[in-house]
Amino acid sequence: MDWAYQSSFSIEGGNFENAGKASIEIKKILKNLKISDEILRRTAIVVYESELNIISYADQGVINLSVTGDKILISVDDVGPGIEDIELAMQEGYSTATDRIREMGFGAGMGLLNIKNCSDELQIFSEVNKGTHLSIIINRMERES
Amino acid sequence: MNLAFLVDKLELRTACCENRLAREVQGGYVGDLLSDVIANSKQGDVWITRQSHQNIVAVAALREHAGIILALGAEPGADTLNKADREGIPVFTTGLSSFAVAGMIYSLMNTQ
Ligand SMILES: Nc1ncnc2c1ncn2[C@@H]1O[C@H](COP(=O)(O)OP(=O)(O)OP(=O)(O)O)[C@@H](O)[C@H]1O
Ligand SMILES: [Mg+2]
Repeated sequence: MDWAYQSSFSIEGGNFENAGKASIEIKKILKNLKISDEILRRTAIVVYESELNIISYADQGVINLSVTGDKILISVDDVGPGIEDIELAMQEGYSTATDRIREMGFGAGMGLLNIKNCSDELQIFSEVNKGTHLSIIINRMERES
Repeated sequence: MNLAFLVDKLELRTACCENRLAREVQGGYVGDLLSDVIANSKQGDVWITRQSHQNIVAVAALREHAGIILALGAEPGADTLNKADREGIPVFTTGLSSFAVAGMIYSLMNTQ
């Protein structure tokens, strides 16, 4: 397989000062790779919501980005509390965000759903008190809408 | 319709990026929940919000908004303005409500 691009970004839990920094960097990289606007939009949303969930809930995490000729692969790993009931967490409006997090405009309970809506494939694995893993594929060929 | 026109018509105060007011405004979005805004706003929108926390800048940068209008007297902190400056996202303030700002922009867009 010939990689067009591959890189990792570490995210520190609780650090809202740098929130979105990795996502902005990833978007700039993809823009340079001439990814189309719509794929760029979907990837930016997926990465942003993943980054913010690490910052909001986990101790630390990594976002891995790989771009091939026809796919964007994003894998997200964190060390943290994990998600007990993934089905519940996926529901719009479900959130365990603290008041402090809500005051900043997070905690709508939409993040995981945004990730799902913007992905062509999504897998979530989580183990309580260990961490969470997301595996996301976005096809570079635009889907019919 | 560009940002300078909105600043003039709505008497907005420009808090960041005075040099970028030629940017075109394609539409608008009102929201205070970042996950809602990132998913439902569009490129070229002017984003109207009461959130003034520094996290708004990343959302506007990722969605390529024309600018952010902080409604109802919300004031951006220095950290918000530093980030906005770095990303080149114009930020405006006004005492008007989000409803009033949206209504005025909507009617300006439809009479242009
Ligand atoms: N990486 C994670 N580690 C632990 N819990 C998580 C993680 N990601 C999500 N969750 C849990 O799933 C819930 C729903 O997440 P989701 O991203 O959909 O919404 P939110 O983060 O609460 O709000 P929003 O993303 O809209 O700002 C969270 O409130 C949290 O309880
Ligand atoms: Mg979230």
